Amino acid sequence: MRLSLSSRFENIEMAQHLCGKLLEGRDVSEETKHWILMALREGLANAIKHGNGQNLSKRVHVEMRVVEETLEIRIRDEGPGFDPRNVGDPLAPENRLKTSGRGIFYMKTFMDDVRFERAAAGGMEIVLTKKLNASSEREGGER
Amino acid sequence: MKTNVREVRGVSILDLKGKITIGSGDVQLRETINKLVDSGKKNILINMQEVTTIDSSGIGELVGCYTSVTNKGGKLKLLHLPPKISDVLTVTQLITVFDVYESESEAISSFA
Repeated sequence: MRLSLSSRFENIEMAQHLCGKLLEGRDVSEETKHWILMALREGLANAIKHGNGQNLSKRVHVEMRVVEETLEIRIRDEGPGFDPRNVGDPLAPENRLKTSGRGIFYMKTFMDDVRFERAAAGGMEIVLTKKLNASSEREGGER
Repeated sequence: MKTNVREVRGVSILDLKGKITIGSGDVQLRETINKLVDSGKKNILINMQEVTTIDSSGIGELVGCYTSVTNKGGKLKLLHLPPKISDVLTVTQLITVFDVYESESEAISSFA
């Protein structure tokens, strides 16, 4: 499933709805689905706000697919990119009460793997993956 | 997000309903709290029972409100945290920052 979204926060829910449709009928718990949709929300908000700077002339490109019961979500913006290593640890005492800087942490917490790549077409691409049929016990342990 | 403010025994209780997410409810929360603080309210209890979704932006606003109220000598506490919102606060260790209550009367008494 491929989407090309304008840089509006209102589009986040539409993408979440379509991701939910993609997961329908698959061996995935409601708990897992909830956290996947949260991670998708964070990835899209990051691309719209920090990647594209809410510039409506820039788009967010989303690709979602399930391969061998693993969901892969690719979110690419058209912004200048950033170095994820420069994002502070939200658990560090000096960052604990900051009003921003938790989105990437949440994505990493809710998904099995999060990768950042500079896209060949320009912009930054976030690749989120999650195994769908992990046991609920494992889910709880990972969060 | 819908907000309703009521006063009970010197505590401003903010009943929130809906989403606190980027572009939808996050700024509204900050503005509502700022109004309360600017009007001299020092004891603020946020009832989260009917909050359906919160994202990192909403969490950031909650933290910002907490800091703003605390810096002005007030107290901001949380009531009826839904489990998934509690999870979101727990993983970022913010659950230890906020005082969280399951009983409204106990929460109100705690401000005394």
